[in-house]
Amino acid sequence: MLKREVPLLITILVGWFMVIEYFFPGAEKWSSELQNWAIIMTALASVLGVANVARINMLKISRKQKDWGYSVVLMAGMILMVVLGTLFPMIKSIFGIESSWTLAGMELSGVTSGTWFTQFYDSMFVPMQGTMFALLAFYIASAAFRSFRIRSVDATLLAVAAIIVMIGRVPIGDVMWSGMSGLSDWIMNVPNLAAKRAILIGAALGAISTGLKVIMGIERNFLGGD
Amino acid sequence: MNLSGDIWVWVAAILTLAIMSYLYKDNPIYKFAEYLFVGVASGYYLSIYYANVMVPNLFTPVGDGVKALGGGVWTWDLWRLVALVLGLMLFSRLIPKFGWPSRWPMGLLVGAYSGLAIMGFAQGDLLAQLQDSLIPIIDKSALSAFGDASGMTNKFLAFLNVLSHPILIIGLLSTLYYFFFSQEHTGVSGKVAKVGIWFLMISFGASYGFTVMARVTLALDRLRFLFGDWLGLNIL
Amino acid sequence: MSEPTKLQKLEKIDRRWVFLVMLVAVSIPLFVSVDLPLKVTPAAQSFYDSIEALQPGDIVYYAADYDPGSKPELDPMLMATLDHLCRKDVKIVSACLWPAAPPLLEAGLNTVAVEKYGKEYGVDFVHLGFKEGKENVMVQLGKSFRDVFPQDYYGTKVEDIPLLAQKKANGEWMVDKFDDVKMIVNISAGYPGTKEWVQQVRSRYNIPIISGCTAVSAPEYYTYLRSDQLSGLLGGLSGAAEYEDLVNLPGFGIQGMAAQSLGHVAIILMILVGNILYFINSRK
Repeated sequence: MLKREVPLLITILVGWFMVIEYFFPGAEKWSSELQNWAIIMTALASVLGVANVARINMLKISRKQKDWGYSVVLMAGMILMVVLGTLFPMIKSIFGIESSWTLAGMELSGVTSGTWFTQFYDSMFVPMQGTMFALLAFYIASAAFRSFRIRSVDATLLAVAAIIVMIGRVPIGDVMWSGMSGLSDWIMNVPNLAAKRAILIGAALGAISTGLKVIMGIERNFLGGD
Repeated sequence: MNLSGDIWVWVAAILTLAIMSYLYKDNPIYKFAEYLFVGVASGYYLSIYYANVMVPNLFTPVGDGVKALGGGVWTWDLWRLVALVLGLMLFSRLIPKFGWPSRWPMGLLVGAYSGLAIMGFAQGDLLAQLQDSLIPIIDKSALSAFGDASGMTNKFLAFLNVLSHPILIIGLLSTLYYFFFSQEHTGVSGKVAKVGIWFLMISFGASYGFTVMARVTLALDRLRFLFGDWLGLNIL
Repeated sequence: MSEPTKLQKLEKIDRRWVFLVMLVAVSIPLFVSVDLPLKVTPAAQSFYDSIEALQPGDIVYYAADYDPGSKPELDPMLMATLDHLCRKDVKIVSACLWPAAPPLLEAGLNTVAVEKYGKEYGVDFVHLGFKEGKENVMVQLGKSFRDVFPQDYYGTKVEDIPLLAQKKANGEWMVDKFDDVKMIVNISAGYPGTKEWVQQVRSRYNIPIISGCTAVSAPEYYTYLRSDQLSGLLGGLSGAAEYEDLVNLPGFGIQGMAAQSLGHVAIILMILVGNILYFINSRK
């Protein structure tokens, strides 16, 4: 009962509430309260994700598993950011400390500009995430050379559309032929759009039917086994 | 060349190169940077959740609610505690064989987002896109623009625009046909589905072209950082 | 099995050589100044026109939904749109649905609104920070900003922020929901982003939305542009360049176009050469 029926009932009630609320936007106070709960709960779900990363890596360190040294690096980075961004502000607010804690001219506590937290964000988070995505440019080049084979009508259409769009979306296209950007724009707005619209409509029908199954209690896979 | 004297630029440059070294092959320096990134990012996320969500939407209202309760008044703020309890029930997943309490908050979230998704897809995608597809086959303004166009290139582009409406309609219908009629595609039915596939291929090509654009931009940005900000070379 | 020929070896070349070619192709234009003419597409023009049509004192909701992974594509749009809005004396209520976005938005606001235009925080613009909750937050913002964001990014209660603290004669808040703003300006890197703003907010609250998005998501958003669910669209760095040109603020978008062009040409050549090699080798 507590394991299956209650969660299912919660899903059904909340789901229908959200749908009905669209048509009858009364019950403002309750709907806003419910949505605030969802905000807090989704945030806690994300915290759960971080907690899981920490747990896995702590286990790796304590069991001295392969590559445990890297887990130490990971935990050091995480703890550093949590101390600056969570622990210090927490201490400050609990004890009502108003003064700033500075080191080398930068504030130690908090997440906004001028803090050590933001400095680490700027010089670690930003370049590393940016570079990870930048690597994909090189892999897409390698795939273009080694695997993009034009062997059928379908593949030819794909390749021709891709090439026109690639040239037409940058200034060099119009240098080659003055109609290039116009042609690529037409592809985007007509044949591409026709197919994308069909995909959108198909996906919408799929999403609506899945959603209805969930809030009618037919689809219950998200509750897991037993 | 005018090498940067800013230690933080050096930190960023070294980490950039460490990640880039993966292009040569997987190596300990890359691994170090990768784990450091996951650590810093996780710590960052946790702090932002604390500062931007937990404090304003949970701790402050609950604190206010408790103060009011001290004065003998029950306020809405205290209902937030329900969210806290439900949210903490999510953590039961971390305990093996005791995951069921997490189903309550999961049920609430799945219900809420399913309800929102139904209305969003119905209103935003299905109805709006169908409505916008009810267009006349002949676009009169495109026809007159074709008449006015001068020069080969303009004439050609104007001609394409005359074809836009019929192509949009044929493309949409044939692609939908391909999606929804999953019987064996033979005869006329097969030909219609084939046309649908062609449109899909063109749209995949367009997406591929745009994806290339995105990736090149990201690579460009890192190179500009390394050559310009770090090495201080005279670049654009 | 006979020895592979030179051309067969070339077709199966170590991918690191391909990486090197790509590196060189994108690097060269950084050192050589090439001036290429830029043509503005209707999508970018309508984005520009939408902001241009705003009046001094109007308010927009500015949704910066991205992270450092797409910073190179979207930062130029952020800078140029903020500049355009400040130039038009439009007030900005800004927030993020991506956790890693607030520092990027903050940097943009500091550089453009504060340093360049001398705008006052809390009066001319406000940064509400990040909120988890995706579509749920979008829908709720249509009813009450302060319900979702009781405090701004700096922890100040919204009642203490002049822009959000004014009341109408009937006691309602002056600026508290989408009805009170003219438009949503969305800088979007994926989910949650432009698609969800359109689905959840566009028709429910009947508010115009313009989107500056990554190139990866742009092809899908053309459908929203055609159906008028979006009033303007900038896709990727090319979109950013066109907009920079329109607002006359050359930045990374315009500067990057030569290198971007050569990068595209390099990829096209790789597709073509790869296929020619394949064609020759498979005939033997």
